[in-house]
Amino acid sequence: MAYHKITLTINGEPEQVDVPSNMTLLKMLRERLGKTGTKNGCAAGECGACTVMVNGEPVNSCMILAVECDGSEIVTVEGLSDHGSLAPIQEAIMESGGVQCGFCTPGILIASQALLNRNPNPSEAEIREALVGNLCRCTGYVRIIEAVQAAAQMV
Amino acid sequence: MTTTVVHERIPEPIGESKPRLDNRKKVTGAATYADDMQFGSGLLYARILHSPHPHALIKSINISRAKALPGVKAVVTGEDFPGFIGLYLQDRHIFCRDRVRYVGDPVAGVAATSEEIAVKAVNLIEVEYEVLEPVVNPEFGASPDAPLVHPQLSEYKVVPFILPQAGTNISNLFKVRKGDVGAAWEKCAAIVERKYRIPHIQHVPIEPHVAIAQVDETGEVTLWGSSQSPFAQRNLIAQALGISQSDMRVVAPYVGGGFGSKAGVSMEALAVAIATKVRGRPVKLRLTREEEFYTAFVRQELISYFKMGCDKNGKILAMENRFYWGGGAYTEYGVNVTRAAGYSSTGPYEVPNVKTDSYCVYTNHPVGGPMRGFGMPEMHTGLEQCIDDLAHEIGIDPVEIRRRNCIREGSILVTGSKMHPTGLPQCIEETAKAIQWGQKASPSAPNKRRGKGTAIMWKAPAMPPNAGSSAWVELAEDGTVTVGLGGQDLGQGTFTVCAQMAAAALGVPYESVRIATPVDTRFSPYEWQTVASRLTWSMGNAVVSAAQDARRQILDLVSEAWGEDPEDLDIRNGVVVSYKSEQEIPLKDMVIYGLPKPNDSGWMGGPIRGRGKFMPTYVTSLDPETGQGERAVVHYTTGSQSVELEVDLDTGQVEILRGASSFDVGKAINPEMVKAQMEGGFVQGLSSALFEEMKMVDGYMQNPSFVDYRIATTTDAPSDLQSVIVEVPQDDGPWGARGIGEHSMVATAAAIANAIFDAVGIRMEGPPFSAEKIYLAMLDAGIVE
Repeated sequence: MAYHKITLTINGEPEQVDVPSNMTLLKMLRERLGKTGTKNGCAAGECGACTVMVNGEPVNSCMILAVECDGSEIVTVEGLSDHGSLAPIQEAIMESGGVQCGFCTPGILIASQALLNRNPNPSEAEIREALVGNLCRCTGYVRIIEAVQAAAQMV
Repeated sequence: MTTTVVHERIPEPIGESKPRLDNRKKVTGAATYADDMQFGSGLLYARILHSPHPHALIKSINISRAKALPGVKAVVTGEDFPGFIGLYLQDRHIFCRDRVRYVGDPVAGVAATSEEIAVKAVNLIEVEYEVLEPVVNPEFGASPDAPLVHPQLSEYKVVPFILPQAGTNISNLFKVRKGDVGAAWEKCAAIVERKYRIPHIQHVPIEPHVAIAQVDETGEVTLWGSSQSPFAQRNLIAQALGISQSDMRVVAPYVGGGFGSKAGVSMEALAVAIATKVRGRPVKLRLTREEEFYTAFVRQELISYFKMGCDKNGKILAMENRFYWGGGAYTEYGVNVTRAAGYSSTGPYEVPNVKTDSYCVYTNHPVGGPMRGFGMPEMHTGLEQCIDDLAHEIGIDPVEIRRRNCIREGSILVTGSKMHPTGLPQCIEETAKAIQWGQKASPSAPNKRRGKGTAIMWKAPAMPPNAGSSAWVELAEDGTVTVGLGGQDLGQGTFTVCAQMAAAALGVPYESVRIATPVDTRFSPYEWQTVASRLTWSMGNAVVSAAQDARRQILDLVSEAWGEDPEDLDIRNGVVVSYKSEQEIPLKDMVIYGLPKPNDSGWMGGPIRGRGKFMPTYVTSLDPETGQGERAVVHYTTGSQSVELEVDLDTGQVEILRGASSFDVGKAINPEMVKAQMEGGFVQGLSSALFEEMKMVDGYMQNPSFVDYRIATTTDAPSDLQSVIVEVPQDDGPWGARGIGEHSMVATAAAIANAIFDAVGIRMEGPPFSAEKIYLAMLDAGIVE
């Protein structure tokens, strides 16, 4: 397997990583960089647990190769807070009770933050549409949607 | 019996919606799940060779090519592990030995230095099978004509309350014979008979199963895994391997959803078995999403027959029910689903004449295990539609027939025992009110029809009569409190609730309580399993009892030091106070180092550690022929769910407009978390009603991916979802509390089915009530052309 040296920014920090051609961004984050906040739920782009931002866009990190991210800016759940100060969406989801087992939470938070970045005042329908690729088996989504609405108010 | 009934006075923070203890870790990505744990470069990766046949004999296995592959450290087969494993009925080997019984049955396992090598090695294992006829229908499986899935059934070890039928595929039969059903029919003014078919579904936790096992040079085993049942895993795996439970350590970090799939033992034993052959090295087994769908537990399928009759006032006089549970290839755990359905087979109704036969049947399908509701959603989905049909038959409103027949305090239950105080009648009123029962709103478009439906439920914790809990409470130098417990937080919030209970019982602020995590069988106190919605009640009682023990030690010490009566002392907000002398001392000044004796004559006290336990002592056995006995279960949680929906006549698609849930939880320790359970359960129930089905063809699952097996998403959940808490206290629950986790999806599918009937007048044999199925049913009924 050929290896590639790639340079990218992860949560604002520059990184240089040697990755094999077939390594996904998810695997690189979790196994090379210790960013285990991003979860592996299906490895097939179907559950959204591995959602990260690549150049501002929410992406299933299991469906993109690490080499494709050369030169990109990546934001993972670990990058949402700033020196211990939580982002509004993180505060809001704790407040609304939108966290249960927590396994979908990192992906939900990233997808929600990406939505709020491009649309600071989303309607309920827009929130539902933006999160349709993020499966949650615990909450029934009600409190997650409330959290995004509340976060929009905070910003 | 160590009951801790404390409901004279409700102290803080009981009944307050405190934030989750694990919130911050979970929103920052810091919470460590099993797959996130690091094991260094010595880690080996395991893969399993699964049976490609639903039913076959293993003629030979050749592992030599796999073993020769560089990087392969172990290849194991059933020959290496002769022991049996199973919770109620030991009908399983860790790896198949002579026969495979479902597509996915583990035949061999490999440990290698990389995942890629492990996959390659598995493909090099050669197995010769003699294919046998599979059993794919539980009703046929129960007949004498069916091939036997377990010819050795009569030799298996089994607990006394499970009754396998030798020489058949019936691994349990639970019978109820109460009153005289035969004589009752002629007194009925209306009788309905129905058949329903509930398909297999899967739990679909977003986190797939993960287990890492390591065996050290002395033979001690450590298992790290995503687990609802660290202690049951310790016990069952130790028994299967013939080692001491004390040499089998299970560590359980955060769990990314369980819903029953991570209870008991499934793939964890595979990881441990492989690790025994590579001593010293950790071995990691992680299921793919496809493997998660059919090699872990699935929900049993059910073919159910109901016959019920009532008098002209709608009073139910008799029920005759037959359940064929498709238990799958191994029913070591599922046999108790059958039993639970038997002793709950009337649903939450008082019925004087009952005949029930509940069969657990082996099939060559994936292994039916526990899933949220433990048989109750499957049973109620049919039963509660049948009750609606009976109401229509006799001309009584569906809510009214439930009012007239539902169990109340003192009702004689199906097993002959008496119902404890229950808020079910109030729950019925709450959900009816929430969806404005009786008022028909007009549809949102001319091509739509609107309907409302309701269904009620009951469910008892299904477990051995003597499932126990224990806990300890320790205090640190700064007066903060750590609670040791052995149950698991699967997301339902039990750690938060237990911290609230410890704070209340001890007299400290909630913020100063921690939970000793991860649960580790070497250090944590015993807990049977995190199942049956039993933790708030059972583990809660143990935690309260431990906190009270610590409190007693503290107050005894201070009373001695101050020369006061302990009755005059209290602990408030982390400070011991005397109501008599008005002296005060913060806990931090005495819980580790004790207190000086008077006149510089030495010290007294020492580190405080409270301990507590709880085990129900009053559950009795039931007569095997009649199902009658003094007390079948510890208690029943009851509730009601109602929905309003629209059916699109052009597409058959259902849109849930409103949902309402009301459950009697005895006492909501944390009301918002109780409501979160009701919401999450409603949507999981909705998902099972509208979308979910393991499509099985000749024993093969056709749809093992999220694309082909759809679960509810954000666009399916209704925005109007109301949850109403009813509180009729449980006599032996902490502050009256009883469980709610599973109950919240029991009645949902039935309520939706009843609302579809209300909207378009059609009934289907079973879920999922997909657009296609509804449209075709409407075509058949001439509702659309």
